[in-house]
Amino acid sequence: MLRLSRAVCSMPTRAFASTAVAAAGSGGDKLPGFVHKVVDEDVPQDGEMVEMNLFEAVNAAMDVALDTDETACVFGEDVAFGGVFRCSMNLMEKYGKDRVFSTPLSEQGIAGFAIGMAAMGSTAIAEIQFADYIFPAFDQIVNEAAKYRYRSGGMFDVGGLTIRSPYGAVGHGGLYHSQSPEAYFSHTPGLKVVIPRSPQQAKGLLLSAIRDPNPVLVFEPKALYRAANEPVPVEDYEIPLGKAQVLKEGSDVTVVGYGAQIYVLEQAILMAEKELGISCELIDLRSILPWDKDTVIDSVNKTGRAVISHEAPKTSGFAAEVSSTIQEACFLNLESPIQRVCGWDTPFPLIFEPVYVPDKHRVFEGIKAAIEF
Amino acid sequence: MFALARASASAAVAAPAAARAAVRCISDAALAQELTFPITPFKCHLTDGPQVEEMTTTGAELLEFFKLAVHYRRLELVAESAYKQQLIRGFCHLHIGQEAIPIGMEAAISKADSVITAYRCHTLLKARGASDVEILAELLGREAGCSRGKGGSMHMYGPEFYGGNGIVGAQIPIGAGLALAHKHANAKAADDAKRIAVALCGDGAVPQGQVHEAFNMAALWKLPVIFCVEDNQFGMGTSVSRSNANTEFYTIGHGVIPGVQVDAMDPLAVKAAFQWARQATIDNGPTILQLKTYRYRGHSMSDPGTSYRTRDEVKEVQKSRDVIEGIRARVIDAGIADAAELKAIEKDIRKTVEAALEEAKASSELPASELITDIYVDKESQKGFVRGVSLDKSWVL
Ligand SMILES: Cc1ncc(C[n+]2csc(CCOP(=O)(O)OP(=O)(O)O)c2C)c(N)n1
Ligand SMILES: [Mg+2]
Repeated sequence: MLRLSRAVCSMPTRAFASTAVAAAGSGGDKLPGFVHKVVDEDVPQDGEMVEMNLFEAVNAAMDVALDTDETACVFGEDVAFGGVFRCSMNLMEKYGKDRVFSTPLSEQGIAGFAIGMAAMGSTAIAEIQFADYIFPAFDQIVNEAAKYRYRSGGMFDVGGLTIRSPYGAVGHGGLYHSQSPEAYFSHTPGLKVVIPRSPQQAKGLLLSAIRDPNPVLVFEPKALYRAANEPVPVEDYEIPLGKAQVLKEGSDVTVVGYGAQIYVLEQAILMAEKELGISCELIDLRSILPWDKDTVIDSVNKTGRAVISHEAPKTSGFAAEVSSTIQEACFLNLESPIQRVCGWDTPFPLIFEPVYVPDKHRVFEGIKAAIEF
Repeated sequence: MFALARASASAAVAAPAAARAAVRCISDAALAQELTFPITPFKCHLTDGPQVEEMTTTGAELLEFFKLAVHYRRLELVAESAYKQQLIRGFCHLHIGQEAIPIGMEAAISKADSVITAYRCHTLLKARGASDVEILAELLGREAGCSRGKGGSMHMYGPEFYGGNGIVGAQIPIGAGLALAHKHANAKAADDAKRIAVALCGDGAVPQGQVHEAFNMAALWKLPVIFCVEDNQFGMGTSVSRSNANTEFYTIGHGVIPGVQVDAMDPLAVKAAFQWARQATIDNGPTILQLKTYRYRGHSMSDPGTSYRTRDEVKEVQKSRDVIEGIRARVIDAGIADAAELKAIEKDIRKTVEAALEEAKASSELPASELITDIYVDKESQKGFVRGVSLDKSWVL
């Protein structure tokens, strides 16, 4: 199976491996991580667990979905053979080619087709090979999927629709294999947008997304697909959408992020706590739309400071939404201007990726600016 | 196929052995001789197509084709090894096996015509006239690259070469747009100054909706554009018949666009097709060429290209239809040059391309300040402009 995987994989494995490590923040650093030790009460801890990485967890979630719902289908470009990132590996063999199949290269077609299936009450789990290729499908997602229920006065809906797509920097992906398009979709009422940070989270959030009665986009951090393993429950479990998770409690500044950026924030926090002698709170939003305002607001009311970070460009990035909500809700408790540490307002660069991404040093500077104001 | 075709040389075939013995002393007579070769019959849709069953060429042209084919392949082989040495990072899609397309196309169209393609673009740009250094330096992400290192393997540009596109299918409507501009200019141009656009995509790109949207617009407005499907049998790991309900791509033009299927492993057939198509598109609007070819390597460098097809299938194409071997046989058969002379030519080309790689390696990387250039240009100063969160946080460079 692995041979097949490399065969259709268009993402150079080298780029993969190196950045997965970099994104996980373990590149050369000996700082102890804390994120992986955090227990999520929505993840069952008592049953059987299997060590797996993020792509295997996605695979496991789809396996459960196909097994428990006979209307469920999984499809996308090269998906029958596992897809370029191996997420649908072995599912065609197990569930047959009527339920797990490869589509032509046609993102708008894939999305529209999935919407049609979902409108009939089926469960459609579509893969867009890279988030950068979701734009040809933008119209179907934003105009058709998001508004089906509203415009039919509730007669029809596409709740069975889930679109998965790998997003984010990987080292050398360049302009069209690195983007983070979540903010575009966050502007669309009717959609849900989810971004998991780890194997456990990926399985539980994806199962929730698949079973949620609304169309959901799941952006998976491709840099983490083959990064660290973690024990993942074998059983069927769901992590609720729209709920953030506090990964570390702290008293001086609230640091907010999601997806692969969580590990950059973790590293920056470890630096800041050591060098500035402060205490940071880390929040993983997990859901971008709808997002958990209460958790963030409660935290900032406590700390008085906020740093928000994502890989996507700063202008109109999701941090802008978080920042403005904090400003509205926490105005009298704010000790310093809210910091946004994001990608620069440039196309995703090929040769300047290290300069572009909001790395731990930039996040550290953001935390410092929030503290030293 | 054509490798086996015998030349029916109209001039004396056998040059004196003595004249051919000295390397690179290929005689003027050998170069001047006219040669005629049969070509694989075209399949035509809504047109009679190029009414030719054979192509007449000269010893000089054939030898030139040989040099070009060897050069294009060497360029990609050098890129391949540079990639394996980790000099090239990220993506790299090679055109190895498909060399007859840039050769035959450029032999038929004008340098003033416009070309646009997808990410498998290196040799198409080379054929447009870029230097080896510009291409290799781009692959290495260096300043001497055709896009100054900012585009990389998938985003190469040059005179009348509009890329180099990463989003599969997106280049096709853009190609139709290029053709609209040509149509307007052509209305005022002399016959020999009329220009066209060539928009190429792969077999895997045909299912993209925007390809068909472009077909309709081009047909509606009779745009001078040749739509080419480089039908190399695969889109990543998916074979052509698993992604397309109709694999006869020369017939996909909405029942109105004429199309021709071409044996695109033979540069003479490709040339004949483009000569016909160029005039047809100036006279009547869009045409479609299905260029039947074969991708020797995997989709990109991370794909060994062996799990969705057999090694024997690849070997069989290399043995029976290879572009270089086909021309080599014709050149030798016609007595234009002998095997040793051709080997010497190949050696020279190899040296040239390898020297170009060294030159590319010596080129510097752009400074990090270039991250923020080439995004916007300020209207008044024409200087670079970078949008900030607010106006006072924006920069004019
Ligand atoms: C919109 C979009 N979807 C998917 C991809 C991923 N992708 C890159 S190349 C490719 C296959 C294209 O095959 P084909 O058009 O036959 O070109 P070839 O690689 O054979 O030259 C795919 C699916 C992409 N680059 N853009
Ligand atoms: Mg192809």
